[in-house]
Amino acid sequence: MVDVKHVSKVYGNKNVINDVSVKIAKGKITSFIGPNGAGKSTLLSMISRLIAKDEGEIYIDGMDVTRCKSNELAKKISILKQSNNINIRLTVKELVSFGRFPYSQGRLTKEDRKFVAEAIRYMELEDIQHKYLDQLSGGQRQRAYIAMVIAQDTEYVLLDEPLNNLDMKHSVQIMKVLRKLADELGKTVVIVIHDINFASCYSDYIVAMKDGRVIKEGTTDEIITPSVLNEVYDMDFKIEEIDAERICVFYS
Amino acid sequence: MSNKSKLAILAVISIALAAAFIFIDLGSNWDYALPRRIKKVYAIVLTGAVIAFATLVFQTITNNRILTPSIIGLDSLYLLIQTFLIFAFGSMNFFVTNENINFVISVGFMVLFAGFLYKLLFHGGGQNIYFLLLVGIIFGTFFRSITEFMQVLIDPNEFLVVQDRMFASFNNVKTDLLLIATVAVILITLYSIRYLKYLDVLSLGKDQAVNLGIDYDHVVKRLLIIIAVLVSISTALVGPITFLGLLVANVAHQFLNTYRHTQLIIGAVFISIIALVGGQLIVERVFTFTTTLSVIVNFIGGVYFIYLLLKESKSW
Repeated sequence: MVDVKHVSKVYGNKNVINDVSVKIAKGKITSFIGPNGAGKSTLLSMISRLIAKDEGEIYIDGMDVTRCKSNELAKKISILKQSNNINIRLTVKELVSFGRFPYSQGRLTKEDRKFVAEAIRYMELEDIQHKYLDQLSGGQRQRAYIAMVIAQDTEYVLLDEPLNNLDMKHSVQIMKVLRKLADELGKTVVIVIHDINFASCYSDYIVAMKDGRVIKEGTTDEIITPSVLNEVYDMDFKIEEIDAERICVFYS
Repeated sequence: MSNKSKLAILAVISIALAAAFIFIDLGSNWDYALPRRIKKVYAIVLTGAVIAFATLVFQTITNNRILTPSIIGLDSLYLLIQTFLIFAFGSMNFFVTNENINFVISVGFMVLFAGFLYKLLFHGGGQNIYFLLLVGIIFGTFFRSITEFMQVLIDPNEFLVVQDRMFASFNNVKTDLLLIATVAVILITLYSIRYLKYLDVLSLGKDQAVNLGIDYDHVVKRLLIIIAVLVSISTALVGPITFLGLLVANVAHQFLNTYRHTQLIIGAVFISIIALVGGQLIVERVFTFTTTLSVIVNFIGGVYFIYLLLKESKSW
């Protein structure tokens, strides 16, 4: 379980995260939603120790994130940010192999290679695994990065806007993979997501944030309601039920 | 062609050039010429290896292939130290004439300065490597200005001594320093071995490196100190020549086309040796000492740098 306790973050004199406490359940998909600048990505980065927090504590399975050894944490929690600029030329397979670094320290064992092949198969990248990243489309590259995170084989997988720049087909494909990660492999998946209907259809829990605070958290059914969404986004939502999924209509 | 055979070719060329340098026109007076030439080649190889390694690591940490460690002002600090010693104590002083003492003073101050920069970076909450570079550039300019100021005031005869130290030259390698430099390089190499495995991951950028379990601040701090010591050693040995690193690191990237630092480092070291020994051979045999190696290196390096800039701007 990820346990965030009274965490704050200040940039200059702006409180980007203001006394946030939230618990993330194991083996489920939890989505963070909210308008731009709500602090979702910042919170995700703090949970995964990419940036330091100013106040509060974060525990992952009872371990304090800031005190734990970085290499041990890398076997427990992985994060993929929304923009990944890599300056070097890598093939898909080489990138995915980097996911094994916490275990192998750069010397891949037989078992590491098995995990890499598995991750590539999981993301259906077999036919392009020897291509260079700069030869791929945005969707293929995103899948390659997710394959790397899968190869890292952590209990907790944090993804910051994994659907960024993807078309509908690839978005659905990635969400299905995340669902499989949670249901079949028992991983805890945490995503920041802007498409509220993807959040509604695929996640178990939703945390709604606004202005650096958690406004409401709960199961998908509790959050995807007109009153909660109106409060979060300051606009009118209509919610229809189609095939037992709640779909938000907000385009008018 | 696999990278292993490419590295083998580089090794063969390096050895061939070194042999050519030692044995061409050796004459009959072996006892005199041979040890002198071997010492010179050894100094060149040591400097080349050190510069190649330092630049490669620096470029990986900064994720930028057009930077050299000279950007944080170590070269300028070296010149400032030399100028100040001569300005304050005169060129016949013990601090200037005793090469070993001079070496220890120069390296000591350069490492202290690097330590100060990193303290600023890692305790000021800046946490951004580009902030370090910026501060380094400012200090470098500051050092250069003071140096020039002192050079203007200095006695013209003393200035000649300063000038002698301003340009890298292998014609008067300080062979007295070889022993102390070798010991320092060996110690640094032993110290840096455990950090080498992190270099590949560091080239993915800070976020990925942290995600993959690298204690980023700790590792980068150690690597920066390693770089500072190495640059100090090479500068004290032959003078400011970090521009060579830019050339060598980029040629290594281009030639080997890999992200693996074990191969890149070995390749860069050999390319560096080829460039320096080959260049020195040309200086001695073709130009018959009418120019210095650093002039040739800076000329070729400069042309290559402009080419890099033009090429990079096209791809944006």
